[in-house]
Order: sequence, then C-alpha cells, then structure tokens
Amino acid sequence: MSFDMSVTMQTIAELRGVTKTFGNVVAAKDLNLSIGKGEFLSFLGPSGCGKTTALRMLAGFEKPTEGQVLLDGEVVNDLDAHHRPVNMVFQHYALFPHLSVFDNIAYGLRQQRPHVDKQTIATKVEQALETVRLGGFGPRRIWEMSGGQQQRVALARAIVNEPKLLLLDEPMAALDRKLRKEMQFELQNLQRQLGITFVLVTHDQEEALSMSDRICVMEGGSIVQVGSPRELYDMPRSRYVAGFVGTSNFFDATVTDSAADQITVRLASGQKVHGTPEIPIDAGQEVCVSIRPEQITLTRALPTAEIALPVTIQNRIFLGEHTEYLARNEALGDFHVLVPRQAELNEGTFNAGEQAFVSWGEGALLILEN
Amino acid sequence: MRLYAICVYLFLYIPIGIIALFSFNAGRHASQFMGFSTQWYGKALNNPFVMDALETSLLAAFITACLASTLGTMAAIALQGVKGWLRTLFDAMIYIAIMIPGIVIGIATLIALVTVFGWLNPLLASLWPDGANPPQLSMGMPTLVAAHTMFTMALVIIIVRARLSGMDRALMEASADLFATPWGTFRQVTLPLIAPAILAGFLLSFTFSFDDFIIAFFVAGSETTLPIYIFSSIRRGVTPEINAIGTMVMGASLLLLVAAQLLLRRGASKSNN
Repeated sequence: MSFDMSVTMQTIAELRGVTKTFGNVVAAKDLNLSIGKGEFLSFLGPSGCGKTTALRMLAGFEKPTEGQVLLDGEVVNDLDAHHRPVNMVFQHYALFPHLSVFDNIAYGLRQQRPHVDKQTIATKVEQALETVRLGGFGPRRIWEMSGGQQQRVALARAIVNEPKLLLLDEPMAALDRKLRKEMQFELQNLQRQLGITFVLVTHDQEEALSMSDRICVMEGGSIVQVGSPRELYDMPRSRYVAGFVGTSNFFDATVTDSAADQITVRLASGQKVHGTPEIPIDAGQEVCVSIRPEQITLTRALPTAEIALPVTIQNRIFLGEHTEYLARNEALGDFHVLVPRQAELNEGTFNAGEQAFVSWGEGALLILEN
Repeated sequence: MRLYAICVYLFLYIPIGIIALFSFNAGRHASQFMGFSTQWYGKALNNPFVMDALETSLLAAFITACLASTLGTMAAIALQGVKGWLRTLFDAMIYIAIMIPGIVIGIATLIALVTVFGWLNPLLASLWPDGANPPQLSMGMPTLVAAHTMFTMALVIIIVRARLSGMDRALMEASADLFATPWGTFRQVTLPLIAPAILAGFLLSFTFSFDDFIIAFFVAGSETTLPIYIFSSIRRGVTPEINAIGTMVMGASLLLLVAAQLLLRRGASKSNN
C-alpha cells in the first residue's frame, strides 16, 4: 500500500527538482518530494547523504542552487529563515545560554510584529511547557536543565510558534539510549496531539522506522526511495535501502530470463529463483537477492520448501525473544538467521558445527538492483 | 628550578613592594624609612597639579576605552565574514599593532601627525575667510586618544573575536529560525553573549591608556597625563609623594585587570554550560 497523498491530505511543503551545490560538491541532487499536512516524515541516510541540506533548505538557511522549495503552495526560495513560518529543533538544541527557560520559549513570540501582549505570551509559554511536561520550569536557567530537559525546552521553543513545519535535526543524537526511546514515544504522541507536520532528519533507522508515517531514504545527495516504514522494509527498491532499513542477507545472482512481470535469477549455488523486481532488469545483468533474517527457517530435517540449502551452524547469539544464528552454506556463504523463541523450543537449540537446512517461504526472497 | 622562579619573582616585585612601602614613609627621603605615615597620600591628593594630571589621564583613558571597545567589537564582528588572504593580512596587522614597541608607535604617530598637520593647517587657513582665526590642528587630547585607541583596539579585537569564535553558530541560526531579524539577532543573542568580552576589553583599554607613558609622551602635546607628571617630577627629585601616587595608580590598575579577567572567565564558563 502506498501512501497516497493526493487523496489523504493536502501538501504543505514541496521540493521541486531541488539541487544544492557547495563549490564543486553536490550536496543534494534533483530532489522531488511532497510533504503532506500533518504527516511525520523522516529523511534517513548516513552522514553526507544530503538529508541535513534538504532540511536546511526547508528552514531557509540554504538557498537551492536549482529548483524550487514550496511552502503552502508558494515558492519560498528567496524567503529568509526569519520570514518562514517554520521552526527547527537543532541537533545540540542551540538554546540561548543567557536566557531563562521561559525567555527561550518566548523568544519567537516576542519577535512577532505587531507585538504579542505579555499576558498572551505568558499563557502560551506556560502551555508549551505543560505540553512537554516541564510545567513550572520557566524560571530555571538553561544550564540547570539535564540533556533530556533541554531537548524538551528546544521542542517547546519551536512548537509554541505553531509552525507549519517542525524540523528536527537529529534531535536525539545527544541523548542516551533509554531516554531516546522515551523521547521517540513522546515525539510521536506530541505530533498526533498537535497535528503539526514533523520533518525529522536521522541516521538512525530504528528512530525513523518507529516514528515516521513516511521515510525518505537518501544516498549521495539523491532520494532513493520514499515510502511508509513497512513499504521500505517489505519492498525495498535497492540493496542500499534493504541494508539501511533493517538488516538482511544479500547474495549475488545473475538474471537468466526476463519477462514483463517475472524474472528468473540463478544463485551462485546453482538454484534458480523467480521474482518480481520493483524496476525492470535485463537478462544477463548481475543483481542481488535479499532475504530478511527472520524470514528464514532453520530445520534439522530437509524441509519441503522449493529451495532448501544445507548449512553448518557457525555461531549462536541469544537475544532474549530471538536467537541469532550464523550459518554457512558452501556455495553462497553466511546466512544470518533469526529464530523466534517458540520455534527454537520446537526445533531445539542448534550448536556450533551442527548440520542443518535453511529455507524460506514464497515471497521472502527479493530481487534487487545491486 | 623553584629557587630560580622565586628569584625572578623577587626581582620583579621587590621594587614595586618598596615603592608601596616608602609611600607610607614619615620622612621625606625615598631611601630612608622614618616611620609609618599617610601624609604623602594627603599631599598627593591635595596637589592641584596631580589632580589636573589625573583628570586628563582619566578623561583620555575613558574616551579611549569607549572608542576602542566600540570600534574593536565592530571590527571583530566584521572580520568573522572575512576569509582567505585578507583575513591573514588583518590578523597579522592586529598582532603587529600589539607587538610593536610603544616608543616606535609614539615616534611614528608623532611624525605622521606632524606631517599631516603641516599639510592641513595651510589648507585650512586658505579656506577660512580673511580676518577670521583659522583653526590650528596640533597635538593634544584628540591625538592622544587617537594613538591610544589605535593600540588598544587591537586588544579588544583579539578578546572579542576569541569569544565570538567560541560561540555556537547554531545560536544565531536558532534566533533567525525564531523570526528574529539580523539586527534582532545581534541585539538579543550576539551582543549579550559577547558583552563580558567587550567589557573586559573596555577595562583593559582603560588600564593601558591610563598607565601609558611612552606613547603619551610623544603625542600628548601640551596635555600632562599622570605618568607624564610623575616622570617630570622625578627629575626634580623623588619624594614619597610620587610613591603614594604610584601605589594608588597600581592599586587601581590591578583592580581593573582582575575585574577584566573575572569577566572573561565568567563569560567563558557560562557559555560552556
């Protein structure tokens, strides 16, 4: 199921053929993306993939070299950051150290012309503090707040202005793991509650998968795939996306036969498998196949599946609800297999050196561009 | 090593200590201690020449400090946007201004000003109507302040720039993101954060100008600053009165320097938190 924006919601922001170069470096290449009103969209990719540049162009800190940035249907390429109804939560929060928590949050409201009256500011700031569960912290100094609290102040400072877009630049990078998990839930709740459009930049796939309505995966300045977390996980368009969204087993294969809706590829072990790739692939082309670790079944007896490969167990890691096995096939190499607790109870634990079979159900194997 | 260090400190501070000690001398000779008295402080404070010189010095130091901290801050902010060879050139000139000996600055400024005034005065005279008294440019308070400002401005630039470069650029972006105009950002974010550095620069400029003898000696013209007064009265013989003045100047200067240091340190720890 694709996230159909034309039906479900109106567009609040849009990138149209946006390219940004810094000297000879192309930071963003021909980005095309519509952001729907009220959605939670994430830019996901490793550092240097252009995700931060995309965010900064939405904020107004960078001007696109080519193309257009639209906000609410209007081209805003030449609109400076301080004129855009967009607010940002910075990576290291960028709270003003010389102002109190209250004054930090009130900062945006106080820049409004005509002036917002004091009483309104006080009410709105108090409300924002309540929203981020920091009621009563207004008079505190910034350095008296913990990392997690500072992050909430940064959040309150942005949402108090009721922006059309809330931009979040790796907002949880500086938090420890436990706090990050908490904040993920909180951010998601906040987004639902406020109905503000959130645009998040992150290199953390877990963060993107857990919070976003849609994820925009980027590589080398370009958008490689946009879709819901489930779409990206189940139907990645390339090896890069499959590797970045979740983990997977990848094996090289050659296309032997290419028809309109089905192609046949040959694995290095000789077996032929069929599949429907997302993009057209010609016969003879080198591709890769991907199988998610949790979709592989590990058995002692030869299973009845179409393809079953003999493996030798190399290693076992107990993960609680799952056990992860590393199993080696002579021809294909290593398989990462994730065995759920229940299946392991049925089949028994495998020990290193034991012989077994790996198999998978129909549709588990994806044929991807290399 | 420790003994060596102690010797260095003794060599540096014993003369200063002796000056302070003899300022409380009851006798009138600077080499023989005749008992404790504060009479020389009273004498110094009642001496109209001392008070005039002090007033001149304070006025020059105050104007210098105001000009140097304003111009220096503006220069430091402007230099942030300068990159490449031009930046290197400015940096070099700033450090040279600090490293050049005062006597060279004094002589060079004197020669330059005298030459320029030599050209300008006839020009001014020719512009004025006949019979009227044309203004005569000469050495005095303005030239003294100008020379001191040139020198101390370099200090302010270095101090303020260090503070600016230690500032998170994201703060400025955050301010712009929160709808503040560039001027609003400067007024509400940049200025409050660099204020301790500016104030420290102000205090240092004040102290340098107030204490300076060499440059003032060349460019002050008929103005007598306190250091110049002390120098000229020493030629008539040293009395404990000079010691008293020296001790007071030293105390005030130390106080200002300590204040500047505290300001810089407090500013730094605040922004790191």
